[in-house]
Amino acid sequence: MSKKTRITGAEAVIRCLLEEGVDLIYGYPGGAIMPVYDELYKYQDKLTHILTRHEQGATHAAQGYARTSGKVGVAIATSGPGATNLVTGIADAQIDSTPMVCITGQVASHLLGSDAFQETDIIGISTPVTKWNIQVTKAEDIPAVMAKAFYIARSGRPGPVLVDITKDAQFSEFDFSYEKCKGVRSYKAIPKTEPQSLKDAAALINDAKKPMIVWGQGVILGEAEKEFKSFVEKTGIPSAWTILGVSALETAHPLNVGMVGMHGNYGPNKLTNECDLLIAVGMRFDDRVTGNLETYAKQAKVIHFEIDPAEISKNVNADVAVMGSVKTTLADILPFVEKKTYDSWLSEFHAFDKIEQEKVIQEELYPSKEGMSMGEVIRNINEVTKGDAIVVTDVGQHQMMAIRYAEFVKSKSNVTSGGLGTMGFALPAAIGAKMGAPDRQVIAVIGDGGYQMTIQELGTIFQNKTGVKIVVLNNEFLGMVRQWQELFFENRYASTEMTNPDFVKIAEGYHIPAQRVTERANLADAVKEMLTTDGPYFLEVCVEKENNVFPMIPTGASVSDIRLS
Amino acid sequence: MEENKQYYTISVYTENNVGLVNRISTIFLKRHVNLLSMTASESEIEDVYRFTILVKMTQEKVQKIVGQIEKQIEVIRAFYHTDEETISQETALYKVKSELLFNEPQIQNIIKRSGASIVTVNKRFFVISKTGRRIETEALHSALKPYGVLQFTRSGRIAVTKEAMNISEVLKDFDDID
Repeated sequence: MSKKTRITGAEAVIRCLLEEGVDLIYGYPGGAIMPVYDELYKYQDKLTHILTRHEQGATHAAQGYARTSGKVGVAIATSGPGATNLVTGIADAQIDSTPMVCITGQVASHLLGSDAFQETDIIGISTPVTKWNIQVTKAEDIPAVMAKAFYIARSGRPGPVLVDITKDAQFSEFDFSYEKCKGVRSYKAIPKTEPQSLKDAAALINDAKKPMIVWGQGVILGEAEKEFKSFVEKTGIPSAWTILGVSALETAHPLNVGMVGMHGNYGPNKLTNECDLLIAVGMRFDDRVTGNLETYAKQAKVIHFEIDPAEISKNVNADVAVMGSVKTTLADILPFVEKKTYDSWLSEFHAFDKIEQEKVIQEELYPSKEGMSMGEVIRNINEVTKGDAIVVTDVGQHQMMAIRYAEFVKSKSNVTSGGLGTMGFALPAAIGAKMGAPDRQVIAVIGDGGYQMTIQELGTIFQNKTGVKIVVLNNEFLGMVRQWQELFFENRYASTEMTNPDFVKIAEGYHIPAQRVTERANLADAVKEMLTTDGPYFLEVCVEKENNVFPMIPTGASVSDIRLS
Repeated sequence: MEENKQYYTISVYTENNVGLVNRISTIFLKRHVNLLSMTASESEIEDVYRFTILVKMTQEKVQKIVGQIEKQIEVIRAFYHTDEETISQETALYKVKSELLFNEPQIQNIIKRSGASIVTVNKRFFVISKTGRRIETEALHSALKPYGVLQFTRSGRIAVTKEAMNISEVLKDFDDID
């Protein structure tokens, strides 16, 4: 579209969003962004703005929206505190590669650097946590900048982009025309795949006796679920996932051997140090996945399928790096790999599964103790959803329990804060997740600590009648920190016990139907009622106060030193 | 680790963009790495700028840092080279009391032998300029020190590499895709 009209910079911002196919944004108004909000008022039939109750909520909602819809999330805020409140969400999106465009208002350009009211150097502040950021001081620069912002946010390894627009640029008029960005000469979104790397990788795969795949979110971000499944099924290789990769391959798939990492499954962690070939697919060897790098998979050759050249051999040396989008590279390698099965190797995983089942999982899912466990709440949810729900989690014990025990049958079904570990993520992220996938059941599983960090977003849920199901697993502790205090700080529970308010009353204050479960006998019915009630619902489950998450690889330990208790 | 550390000259070709200095320096800051020097100038290609950064670290670390620098949107390419792979120069200025020039005959010899030039002389002080490798500007500094140096400053390193850095080809690749 290139019809030229004379419009203001503020209107141009809206027109650019529409050109990029945006129909939903999250934000919070304020002085320096008011011209854009005035245009939002005029364009409200084409572009919905969701008023969150805090700018941090706007970023997490935009993240949740991006993660379930596959589109770019958009958050908007004013200058100064509005802008700085976005930073946590931006940092979260950066480390978890979530496509997001943040738009901030800025004081008028003649005031820049004068410590004007609500002036802050958001470009300086956001630089280390954005894929790209830019300040705009002239209205006529807005279309090209916005086009570039969306292109950069969604292409290659996705990430957050921040566009800071001075108030005078929002007010001044210019001749608008829009052209989508097709490339940036200093930026290569997808690196070239060396044909030889595919052959080298295939040779290693075909020769391996005990190969293992670890896949990450790259499979989901690259929309490569189909190609990945074909690759797994043809090669017959046992496949484990990182927390952000879960749901790319259904939980029940016979070659899905569970999660790697600190609270991952026993088998894949142990056998990381037994395999002869480790095939990393769209993952980045985070320290929570690898434990001590000095003792990580040293016996194995490593193939790394990766879109970001800076990730190759960053933490774990790659014998063969297959650069490119996994959607392409996995399809391209398929003809070169032999159809195989690894029955006896797979049975080694099953043997570890059996041990984990007996020592950890059985008691977690079907506790013999009186108090309720987090795992049994997740089991009850599984029994109703049959795995067809989006599970949004916060950060801590409940997160590990939800990820470990939730069953998934479809991709893009897990929204969590992985790399940054942002408490307070889940409630606002669930709002975005539901709006990004309105036809799906969205269940936010949250701890009592993280819930209270962004609890004000209940207001957003109430105002928009957003049909999210909120499950707070209340152990009256900052549970994961308490677990570490118990295991590594001799039970000194420094500032981890919480005296909580009446969460049901708070939910009811927002006119959200709510109930509290304190006894196992009522749990299944309560879960059913929650999942069959239209619209939002709040369920508090009072769980055992001092349960721990196991298995666990203590910080700095080897993956093979994973503990079951 | 200490023994594997050596000097590396990092050359970064970039688009001109406000904030890029911050974006590059933040990569070092995040890893608690001290920049020994950083200079920016035009490059051999129109509208392409070039940062020259001097660091002392292990090869493994410089490789990873250059990977992170290259990942920045406005960075066209980044390279790292050892001292042997580069021709580098720095310029130092030394401000000395004028009376020394007449009272200490040795000083004239030091200046002559070092190949330094005198930029300005007035009644109170004179300024010597020396361009060369770090070792040369430092040698002159040490030689002058006993007589008293009123001010000393040295520019960041600038360097060209013996090998080609094919920036024009990278840019041409982009134009071809377009």
